[in-house]
Parts: sequence; C-alpha cells; structure tokens
Amino acid sequence: MQDKIVVKNLYKIFGPDADKAAELAGAGKEKDEVFRETQGVVAVNDISFSVQEQQIFVVMGLSGSGKSTLIRCLNRLIEPTSGQIIIDGADVTAAGPSELREIRRSKMAMVFQHFALLPHRTVLENAAFALKLRGLSKKDRNDKAMRALEAVGLGAWADSLPSQLSGGMQQRVGIARSLAAEPQILLMDEPFSALDPLIRREMQDELIGLQRDFKTTIVFITHDLHEALKLGDQIAVMRDGGFVQVGPPQAIVTDPADDYVRAFVQDVDRARVVTMGSIAEQVEPIVLGRDDLASARRKIAQAPYSALPVLDARGKLKGLLSEGALAEGGRPHLERLVPDEMQTTPEDVSLHDAFSLFAKGEPVAVLDEKGRLAGIVDPQAVFSHLSGGDAPEEEQAEAERPAAPTAPSHDAA
Amino acid sequence: MSGFLDLFRPSTYGKLPLDDGVEWFVKDWLVPNFRPAFRAIQAPVNALLDSIDGFLQAVPFPIFWLVAAILAWRIAGRGVGILTAVSLLLIDMVGIWEETMTTLAMVITAVTFCAVAGVPLGILAARSDRFAGGLRPVLDIMQTIPTFVYLVPIVMLFGVGMVPGVIATIVFALPPVIRLTNLGIRQVQGEMVEAGYAFGATRRQVLIEIEIPLAMRTIMAGLNQTLMLALSMVVIAALIGAGGLGLTVYTGLGRLDVGRAFLGGFGIVLLAIILDRVTQAMGAPTPAQANGWTFRGVARSLLGGGRSQKAEAAAGQ
Repeated sequence: MQDKIVVKNLYKIFGPDADKAAELAGAGKEKDEVFRETQGVVAVNDISFSVQEQQIFVVMGLSGSGKSTLIRCLNRLIEPTSGQIIIDGADVTAAGPSELREIRRSKMAMVFQHFALLPHRTVLENAAFALKLRGLSKKDRNDKAMRALEAVGLGAWADSLPSQLSGGMQQRVGIARSLAAEPQILLMDEPFSALDPLIRREMQDELIGLQRDFKTTIVFITHDLHEALKLGDQIAVMRDGGFVQVGPPQAIVTDPADDYVRAFVQDVDRARVVTMGSIAEQVEPIVLGRDDLASARRKIAQAPYSALPVLDARGKLKGLLSEGALAEGGRPHLERLVPDEMQTTPEDVSLHDAFSLFAKGEPVAVLDEKGRLAGIVDPQAVFSHLSGGDAPEEEQAEAERPAAPTAPSHDAA
Repeated sequence: MSGFLDLFRPSTYGKLPLDDGVEWFVKDWLVPNFRPAFRAIQAPVNALLDSIDGFLQAVPFPIFWLVAAILAWRIAGRGVGILTAVSLLLIDMVGIWEETMTTLAMVITAVTFCAVAGVPLGILAARSDRFAGGLRPVLDIMQTIPTFVYLVPIVMLFGVGMVPGVIATIVFALPPVIRLTNLGIRQVQGEMVEAGYAFGATRRQVLIEIEIPLAMRTIMAGLNQTLMLALSMVVIAALIGAGGLGLTVYTGLGRLDVGRAFLGGFGIVLLAIILDRVTQAMGAPTPAQANGWTFRGVARSLLGGGRSQKAEAAAGQ
C-alpha cells in the first residue's frame, strides 16, 4: 500500500504573532502558555501522519480540539502556518493559486457538516457544482452528476430543490457532489453529526460501500468514538491541536495511550471492536500422520485447554479432539478417533459476531485468509477480554501482537 | 452670575466662520473648478431619463395598463395584478397620467443608477472591512443630512430641472442598497463560501455562483428600500425644477389648492404601493412562496416578510 497523503510537522496558529507562537509551541510549551505570551491560539500543533491509499483515516476529538482546522489545512481552505502536506509525492503547500484550484477541482473533494448545498439550485445542479467550476459542458456534467446521484440512491430526486429533502438525503447530495468529480481523496468534516442516529448508522454503512466502489482515500472528522471505530482503518485521537494516539481501532480501545484516551474508550463495547484474530492463542495442534496416541496425549496435557485442534497431513483442520475422547481408549490408532466438529471463524470477525460460536462452550478455531489455523479462542479468554483493563500487563502484551494480523485483514475487507 | 459663566463660553471670544468657509468652498472653489466635471456626470443621467420618459409618454394608456397588470400578476400574484390594474385606472381617471409617467421615469432612472453604483459598492464593502469602515460615515451622512441642505450646492453645480432632481434623488436613495448588499453578502454562511472554494471556485465564481444568489433577497430588500426613498424624494425634487407628481403637489401647495395637492399625493401613494409589492415579490425565491392575499400573507408583506420567511426556511432545514 502506498501513502496517499503524508503530513509533516503541520502547525496552524491563529493570532497576531504567529511566528513567535509557532516557535514557543515548537519548543514544547502548552497551548495555554503560548496564548498567554503571544495571544496566539495553537489550533494545530506539530501534527504528522500518513494515510494509505484507499483507507479511511478518522480524526476523532472533542469540539475545540482543532480537528476542523486540521482538515481545512489539507486543502488549504485554512492556510497552514508551517509544515508540509504531500499528496502523491507533490507538496500541496507549495502549490500556486491555479494549481491549488486544480487540485481542489479534481483530486480532493469535501463534504460538510451542514451540507452546504446551494438552496436555489436543484439537486442535480448541486451535484454538478464541481464539474461546472471545472468548465465541463452542461451535458457532460449532468451525465456525471446523475451517475453520482444514482450511486447514492437519489436519481429520482434530481430535479428537486435541496429544501424538499430530508437531512439524510441532503447529505447524500453533498456526498454525490463530492463524488461527481471522481476525486481520489474525500475530506469529510463531521458529515453525519447533524443527522438522526438511525440515519447516521445507515449513512455510515453506505459510506463504506461507496468507498469500496469509488476507491477513494478518506479523511473523516468526527467527535463520535463509535463512528470512528466503525469507519476507521486508522484512528487519530486529537486533543488541544495535537494527536494523542494514532492506531487501528482495536489498539485505541485495548491499549489507550493515556488517561484521556482511556476515559474516551471506557464505555466502548469491546466485543464490537476486538476481533477473534487478535485474541486467538497459538497452540501446537495434533497433526494426523505425524502424531501418535502418546504424543497427542502429551500435547493435550501441556496445552492450556483440555482439547486441541486436529490437522490432517496437509495442514487442513479436521476438528477438535478432547482429552476425554483420547482417554476412552480401545482405539489404538489416532486416525480412527473421530474428532468432534470444531467451530471456525475468520480472523477479522468481531467477538460480538462470534458469540454464537461459543454456544457449546468449546474453543473456536480462528483461520487466516488462506484457511489455515491461526489459533484458537477459548470461551474463558473471551470473557477476560471483555472485562478489559483488569490485567494491564497481560493485556498490553496481547494488544501488541494482534495489531499485525488485523491491519491487513481490514484492507482485505 | 451668568456674566461670570459666560467667560467659559467660546462665543464670547469670537465666532468660527464655518458658514463662510463652506460658502467659499462651494461657490469659489468647487463650482468654478469642477462645474464641467459635474456637467459631464449629468449626461448619462439625462440620456437615460429622456429615453425612459419619452418611451413611457409614448406608450398608449391601454397597452401600458395591460402590460403592467399582467407583469404584476405574473411576478407578484393575482392580488397585486388586480391592485395594479385598478390603481392605474384610477390614476388616469383623476387626470394625472402624464405626471405619473414622468415621476415613474425619474424613479426608474434614479433606482437604476443606485443599483449600478450601489451593488458593486456593497460587494466591495462586504469584501473589505477597511472599505466598509470608510464607507459607513459617508452613508450615515447621506442618510441623516436634511435634503434641503444639499439642494443648494446641487443647483449651483447642476442647475435646475429634471436631471438635478434625479441626482438629488440618487444621493438620498443610494445608502440602503449599499448597506443591504453588504449585509446580505456578509450573512452568507461561511460553510457555503468554503464549499465554493473547496471545490476549486475562483473568487469571482464564489461571488457569482454563491454569494450574490444567496444574498439576492437581502439585495432586493435594499433595492426596494431605495425605490421607496426615491419616491419620497419626488416632491422635494420638484423644488429644484423636476416635474411630475411632485410638481402637482408643489404647485397645489403654492396656491393653497388642497384638491390639486391631494391628487399629486394620491398618485404617489398608488405608484408606491404597486412598485413596493412588485419589487418585494421579485425578492422572494419562488412564486409558490410569494405572499398571498390571506390575512397572514398581507401581514407578512406589511411587516417585512424577509425575516419570517427566512425563519421558515431555517425551520425547514
């Protein structure tokens, strides 16, 4: 995966003496101190990050944390005080006025919190806005805008005025307007915050689908942690103009960087964030053709559970063999033992979606992308992970390991 | 005691000759040096006024009546259409048709120049706080200084007649359109303008595609106010030789002819109502939302419909 957006040491300072304020902020002074000394407000404080192609990068923070300023710096609606914004290897901060307009017209589109639709234009004309600015003929731009409207399910409303539409539909028009120009990057500034909760969830699902179809890279601003966890491939938690923590959703929840993030995530339903792959424990399976009864018994005795998965010679999962079944005796060959059926699940399934697999109280096998055994999850491990922060050391060790397997599985999704 | 306190009165020690100074400034400096320049300003006003007046006087009454009523109906609805038709009939029946057309020509000329100068000035004021700050006291003076005060220098610079009357009207009626254009553009939501720039609009495109359309209702309200002020200047302009309904009132006043003075006033009021209703309707976004002749609609028209309609639009979101 390539880096689509790279931001390096970005600062934005509002106020009379921006240079001095930047110097102070750069020297590590607190936001309040800088304000007292220079009357300058540090809205974006030394932020660096990169967004990979076709990922959703979510910036989450409370109001006043500088997240809206940050996203406006990316397309220079707000001129950054210092720092670099590199898109596809080209520095946006160095672009001249006409170059910048070209980038905004074709490369980077924006979706606004309050939709910002033109009330005197029809839905179709609104969707065609960027194309009109680019100078496309009426027919061309209406064709493209119509396709974008159909993608968001509003083809039938093309000739209506925005005021005739509900909030959710208006924001669909906003999204269609931004998609009509087929941009590579979407900047979304709290696009769903003004919508009802039910509509919001619907729009989130739809956005994930649209992102897959249009293959855009998205920078998404929100103050809603659940929205961030649902949409984000990477999440940055922002506070006082700086990033407190950047990481995949699960790392934010299971391994908060400080008390601020911890307070944020404490109400999160961990079952929806933690994936099976991340809590799977590696065990040494019983392999048919290589193990005999004795070695199988030995392996089970050493395992943390009273049962182990059984693989055939080619590494394919055959089932679960419990200590009890082995102990029955009377069957001299391992091959003759019929292992119980074992529940399986891919790595990127959340605990919440896997609950039903634990109905029998037996361990569940976690399979990687190629269908090979990645580990097993014991019912007890599920409960200890849901309860969270009781055993911080242990938790940390576990959180570090799963970060690797989960990230690629998100891309695949 | 009062003799003692007079020691602290500046007029005890002499008089500041401000009146002489102004007299010298206007008579001995402004008029001799700039009279040709002011005469040049007069030319376009004269040309427009002559052609509009000539046209209006030439159109036969039945045709004007029909076209005006239909226009009023299409723009502002059936009620205003009927009102216009009846008013125009009345104006002709009482015998002041020619005067009314002359006044209409003067008002249209004055408002046209106000719009041509005022809208761009308002846009500039919206773009630059410094320009707006400089413009504000000028507008305040234009609105508060009694009209009679600047009638004298206008006569000195432009002479007497219709055109100086129209120029005095322009000075008096210009501020609202500037102020409300400025206000309207400043009131356009920041997010709207941002959206324009975010999709790669130039400054000019933002102005034409976003700011002016969204400010249109406020700008139209300003033009409506300018129009009303222009009508209210008609009588005063007659003092310096402008004709029309103002002259009817003025001569009625001079001869203590109550009936004649009333006729002039009657014409002005009817003209004002027609023009007000039609221009207000032009500012409304869609015909569907124009005020009907229901009780609420009339109340809304009378009490400044802009605000309540805006509130409705906001509630609709």
